Amino acid sequence: MNPVQLVTPAGDRTTHAEYAFEGDRAAIESLFRDLVMTRRVDVEAFALQRHGELGLWPPVLGQEAAQVGSARAMRDHDFAFPTYRDHGVAWCRGVDPTWLLGIFRGSWLGGWDPAEHQIALPNIIIGAQTLHATGYGMGLVLEGLVGTGDPERDSAVIAYFGDGATSQGDVSEALDWAAVYQAPVVFFCENNQYAISVPVERQTRVPIAQRADGFGLPGVRVDGNDVLACHAVTERALQRARDGQGPTLVEAVTYRMGAHTTSDDPTRYRDAAEVEAWQAKDPIERVRLLLVTEGTPAAFFAEVEAEADALGARLREACRQIPEPELAELFDHVFVESTIENRQQKAEHIAWRDAIEGSVA
Amino acid sequence: MTERMSMVKALNSGLRLAMERDPQVLVMGEDVGRLGGVFRVTEGLQKDFGEGRVMDTPLAESGIVGTAIGLTFRGFRPVIEIQFDGFVYPAYDQIVSQVAKLHFRSRGHVRMPLVIRIPFGGGIGAVEHHSESPEGQFALTAGLKVVSCADPHDAYWMIQQAIASDDPVVFMEPKRRYWESGDVDTGSAALPLWSSRVVRAGSDATLIAYGPMVKTCLDSAEAAREDGLDLEVIDLRTLSPLDLEPVFESVRRTGHAIVVHEAARTLGLGAEIAARVTEECFYSLESPVHRVTGYDLPYPPSRVEHDFLPGLDRILDAVDHARGLRG
Repeated sequence: MNPVQLVTPAGDRTTHAEYAFEGDRAAIESLFRDLVMTRRVDVEAFALQRHGELGLWPPVLGQEAAQVGSARAMRDHDFAFPTYRDHGVAWCRGVDPTWLLGIFRGSWLGGWDPAEHQIALPNIIIGAQTLHATGYGMGLVLEGLVGTGDPERDSAVIAYFGDGATSQGDVSEALDWAAVYQAPVVFFCENNQYAISVPVERQTRVPIAQRADGFGLPGVRVDGNDVLACHAVTERALQRARDGQGPTLVEAVTYRMGAHTTSDDPTRYRDAAEVEAWQAKDPIERVRLLLVTEGTPAAFFAEVEAEADALGARLREACRQIPEPELAELFDHVFVESTIENRQQKAEHIAWRDAIEGSVA
Repeated sequence: MTERMSMVKALNSGLRLAMERDPQVLVMGEDVGRLGGVFRVTEGLQKDFGEGRVMDTPLAESGIVGTAIGLTFRGFRPVIEIQFDGFVYPAYDQIVSQVAKLHFRSRGHVRMPLVIRIPFGGGIGAVEHHSESPEGQFALTAGLKVVSCADPHDAYWMIQQAIASDDPVVFMEPKRRYWESGDVDTGSAALPLWSSRVVRAGSDATLIAYGPMVKTCLDSAEAAREDGLDLEVIDLRTLSPLDLEPVFESVRRTGHAIVVHEAARTLGLGAEIAARVTEECFYSLESPVHRVTGYDLPYPPSRVEHDFLPGLDRILDAVDHARGLRG
């Protein structure tokens, strides 16, 4: 299965029999902007971790095109269920990156309102969210929001997951379930080649996209470092879902250029040569080259760079301004209707805290 | 208005009323549609409410809970059936890592108004994995509420109240009591969901039970009466949160507390109740809190389950033992 590709690593357009990017240069510039911002969020967060401001950070470096291309193919009323590495997806859904920083700073566990940005909180349990997406899609069908032909109504949902997740039972259940119910789900697998240290060959004997056959849904392999291809393939799959034609499995073939997280040391399990080979397929550089060829003025790139600098400065400041969490407040969020245990233990904690603070003062 | 019906019929009627009242209520599970569930609790619901609201799902418990979570994101209120107690473990991750935490993780933005119905407990001569009591594993999970009905009246009302709850509720149904009939007052629930109640007043000792063991305790109290003993029986009804004020009030009067459950003893609900009774009633206790429970064994083959499960003799022996320490 050759991955769908519309732009080569050298920035040249290629054609594909089935897929094309339906957008002008401005549309590509807009994608480029999101790629650059996603990378800047990642670079800043990585640095903040190294400065001790974050406890951990899972870098997205290298996977920007898969995330931006797919997420930008969504309509506002579509919904996404992301993983803990999908910073670019969150960015494209309009989630302020400060929310992501707060998660990895240990300030909160997610916190934003999924309904506000049409994106769930990132899931750390591998693959669990694919079932949530499937149920969400079943709900869309029950509500009559699929296959009406009205673009304002018809909706779909994307489940993001990695190559390691394809070994989880939940993912197999979700693929089966979505096919059986013809739920409007796009299963978007970011195959970044590694589950921490374990290569994809240890997860599957066949290309991930090929697994779709057994479940009875179409599977598509796309160059995950080609934002135009990811956009085109996801847009087609989403439209198919919205039209009531059921789920699609998309395998975006990409590479995790960085470590699994800031606590990981990838030199222990992969060669520098392999990393260098993927470096040559960088998802942002090829778009820059394409835009230069197609006449984008230098001023545009300077403007995007300045915007990224401003974003970086803002995030550095915002991260340090994140308020310290209050344990007392958390007792209020266990249930909608709090229990006597919640109330008693909250009071116990506050009394203890105040006594300690009083003794210190 | 009072009607006599089995617990199965009471649950079925309660589900039906909840579905009529709120179009967002869905029923999902294995065999719940055309068959009406292996215990017939959902009988007739698919015929009357359609396949969209009463769904026969693939045979995948994690999938049932996981997709129900997704449905709550669209405002639905799924009522899930886990076919048997011992089949819930494939869904354990979705229940404890997702259902229990999503409200908390979202700082209150996400609501998980789903009900996980689990027929539980032994005493029916079943094969392996069909007689277990996993309620403690959910009751110790912050973010889940756990209740158990003991009679048809409570089954009728508690299922409706659980469905109306905006928090996730694990609803434990004592399957060995499914076919026993009782009076159901369809006019009034009488009690809110999160409350325990004294089901038999007495003065000599307090038996504390829930689900299938409430009837066993009531039978024990009747037998003890012949020996001149007057036992109080409390049906906990809600296992998380616990409503222990009626228990404390009772134990302060009787001086003796005996907790009875089918689940294994070590770290079972009896341990928590014993700790709380000790904390609150220490100076009223005339004997240590006793526990009459299943043993710390995987559920045994059914031909010896009567030796494993608490019965009249073991309960009354515990009462004697407790009272023998008096004076």
